[in-house]
Amino acid sequence: MFGYLLKRLIQMTLVLWIVSVIVFLMMSFTGDPVFMVVPIDATDAEIAQARRILGLDQSLLVQYGRFISSLVQGDFGNSYVFRQPAMTLILERLPATVEMVLVAMALALAVAIPLGVYAGANPNSRISRTIMAGSLLGISLPGFWVGMVLIFLFAVHWGIFPSSGRGDTAELFGLRISLLTADGWHHIILPAVTLSLATMAILLRMTRAGMMEVGRQDFMKFARAKGAPRRDVLYKHGLKNALIPVITIFGLQLGDLIAFATITETIFSWPGMGKLLIDSIYRADRPVIVVYLMLVALIFVVINFLVDIVYTLIDPRITLK
Amino acid sequence: MRDTVQQKLLEVRDLRTHFHTFAGTVKAVNGVSFDIAAGEVMGLVGESGGGKSVVGFSILGLIDSPGKIEGGEILLNGEDLVKAGEARLREIRGRDISMVFQDPMTSLNPLHTVGRQMDEVLRLHSDLDTEARHAACVEMLESVGISRAAERLKAYPHQFSGGMRQRVVIAIALLARPRLIIADEPTTALDVTIQSQILKLMRRQIAEKGASMILVTHDLAVVSEMADHITVLYCGNVVERGRTRELIEAPAHPYTRGLIDSIPDLSNRHERLKQIPGTVPDIRNLPRGCNFRDRCPRAQAICAEIEPDLMPQRGSLSAACHFPLSPGDTA
Amino acid sequence: MTALFQSEFFYNYRRSSSAMIGSALMAFFALAVLLGPFIVAQDPYDIAALNLMDSYKPPVWLEGGDPQFWLGTDGQGRDVWASILYGARISLFIGLVAMVASCFIGTLLGLIAGFYGGLVDSVIMRIADIQLSFPSILIALFLMSAVGTGIDKVLIALTAVGWVVYARTVRGSTLSEIEKEYVQAAKVAGLPNHKIIRKHVLPNVLTPLIVIATIQVGTFVLIEASLSFLGVGVPITQPSLGLLIKNGFDVLFSGLWWTSVFPGVAIMMLVFGINLFGDFLRDELNPRLK
Repeated sequence: MFGYLLKRLIQMTLVLWIVSVIVFLMMSFTGDPVFMVVPIDATDAEIAQARRILGLDQSLLVQYGRFISSLVQGDFGNSYVFRQPAMTLILERLPATVEMVLVAMALALAVAIPLGVYAGANPNSRISRTIMAGSLLGISLPGFWVGMVLIFLFAVHWGIFPSSGRGDTAELFGLRISLLTADGWHHIILPAVTLSLATMAILLRMTRAGMMEVGRQDFMKFARAKGAPRRDVLYKHGLKNALIPVITIFGLQLGDLIAFATITETIFSWPGMGKLLIDSIYRADRPVIVVYLMLVALIFVVINFLVDIVYTLIDPRITLK
Repeated sequence: MRDTVQQKLLEVRDLRTHFHTFAGTVKAVNGVSFDIAAGEVMGLVGESGGGKSVVGFSILGLIDSPGKIEGGEILLNGEDLVKAGEARLREIRGRDISMVFQDPMTSLNPLHTVGRQMDEVLRLHSDLDTEARHAACVEMLESVGISRAAERLKAYPHQFSGGMRQRVVIAIALLARPRLIIADEPTTALDVTIQSQILKLMRRQIAEKGASMILVTHDLAVVSEMADHITVLYCGNVVERGRTRELIEAPAHPYTRGLIDSIPDLSNRHERLKQIPGTVPDIRNLPRGCNFRDRCPRAQAICAEIEPDLMPQRGSLSAACHFPLSPGDTA
Repeated sequence: MTALFQSEFFYNYRRSSSAMIGSALMAFFALAVLLGPFIVAQDPYDIAALNLMDSYKPPVWLEGGDPQFWLGTDGQGRDVWASILYGARISLFIGLVAMVASCFIGTLLGLIAGFYGGLVDSVIMRIADIQLSFPSILIALFLMSAVGTGIDKVLIALTAVGWVVYARTVRGSTLSEIEKEYVQAAKVAGLPNHKIIRKHVLPNVLTPLIVIATIQVGTFVLIEASLSFLGVGVPITQPSLGLLIKNGFDVLFSGLWWTSVFPGVAIMMLVFGINLFGDFLRDELNPRLK
């Protein structure tokens, strides 16, 4: 067990390191950040001095060294735009993104699993075929467009939901969470629904595929031969087995949600870190971009790790190696 | 010992189970009849794909679409199972009639402990409370030869070897004290050395509990040891049946003769292996007349015209053949 | 060709409504894209042809609509329908070219990894694994933010994201093929590697590749649309469907919905058609399900 954890830890660190190198290289070769910090009418001497302060006059390797050492200390420098530590800016907005992602995932699961089970157990029924056509449509839709349509219908046209922004927040453990207020929910519904659609469709399809695969297995028939009713066989015997492939992609789907949150947050002006990223890209606010990427890389690496652990908990045949 | 008409436990009359696929209708079971009395073991023999497993599943009502029981009766102590509803069938499955599947690797749910899967049978069919059920499971596991039973109940199927798993499956099949066990190729997936152990186990359990068994297999050697009487299937029809000794020693149907002859004779090492020539016909397009005629050394013109009916021959044997063998014939 | 029409594939195709609808949609778009410039009167990107008086006309079935612009016009008097046709061209072009590039590079890397094994294999697969643990949209977004906008940059970003699935599939097929005895025999007999690839590996890997490639076009169209919507995709002078939606977003709140909704419908129909057909292909070409 300990050996496994150690191995994973080393792997995770390796991946993060590689990501840091890539991020650093990309950032270095794109544009000259010195012009973000000096005023328009700076003299050459002032520019040169700024370069020295930012360490841009050093060799790439030295720059990278400084980059890494400050990185592990959590110091990513100040945002060029806000003049505040980039890390703080991102972390402030993290709860908002996490909220939306969690609600979207919960929504996706709540719809996808039951429908997927039904469609898998009764593959030829009319309803199932409609569900499957719907799910195919779900993965064909451009998410941002759906968001817009929802805004237009529910916010502009019918005025039921707000078109942008996050609702009122209440504080819990020092974090500002909007899910604790009714107004918060009022604001989160449209963005969360928008975000959840693609994941919902994919999870539905995987659940259905899993159920159909499981239905072919001998042990299902054997359970029926014992006299178990159909429904028991489906849910008690089949479902857990069918969900194994779903768990495999669950981690990836969570990652996708975080990624697509950038777009959703932009449309709905949701003050999360995704919106901050997009804005920072426009404004070439390098430190913020770097923080976002490293943080997100960390989150993904941790999610993958946790999914593997969960996997072994569910399937007794799999052991940690 | 009364030898008046023995109460038949199971009577199957003219069972027809067909599968409607896009490529044609497969008449897997096409008019099969047999009887089983209490305490008897019947061997159901035939080549792979000949419909033997379908008979077993039909009895339990486990035929899923595109298959359907098209006709016939399955009388369990007089009650017709074909007409019984799903609820009634659920009562019977596992309790009055239980089944042992072929492949122990896939019969058990990999995510449930063995104990839970055994417990399920008792929960479904008995009123025992948790402790009583647990005790019954422990006892049954021990009686099928698994030591440290109480511990093993908490284990998962993949932690057992193939032979042990099959013992578990047999234990599950016996738990609710069924009157009839359908064993579908129970030893085919096991090592040869384990096979005889499992067979002995099954024979002992059946004798102890006074149950009957349908032993579905393609292996005549197995069936000659275990069965009281044998039914031979070919392409969905019964071609011969009778008591084991008579059938094995002097079969009346050429197909049975062929099956017996194709068992390698280890004492005579220079002889070529005998095979039944030809292959099983496409079951969607069965030839007119006798299904076996293309492969039968005794076939004559009439065999291509008229399908033979199952007729009593000699002793306990009945065969469906226009030119049945006499004792001493070598086909 | 006649063999195709008589094959079981075609028989199942005609019986599958989803396949027919899917390919009908794809054909519609293919035609629209090819013939677009000839059937539409106005080239929406020819400034001289635009008339500001035509701006923000609603679709023809609403009040104020103009039959000349059946889906309405945008803020500069551009015909939405014409814009969609021109935009679809760009979107499809990008999707197809990126797919071909990804396929080529991915297959090549997969073959190399499978054939030569060892360190080369490890390195390629490691990169692939790391890349797969991150959502492609994020990688593409990041790349675009680094290299700037432009159709060529989008193609590079999409290819950088898309090669992985081909590499893995082809590597898997290669590995399983070279294990087979007849291939080992051929090697012993002196058959050169490229012949082994051509005769043994490629035919087996062809069917999954076709399915992957088909669906990937749809995926790329969606990714490109998202990138353009965020402003890091195609430049304004050659807008794709994504950019059209972005432009329409700004006026959505004033109730002028048609400039953004219709391009979205177009994307949806295109990708849906591709997915329908791709689904059908996958079920048909999968030997395991037969």
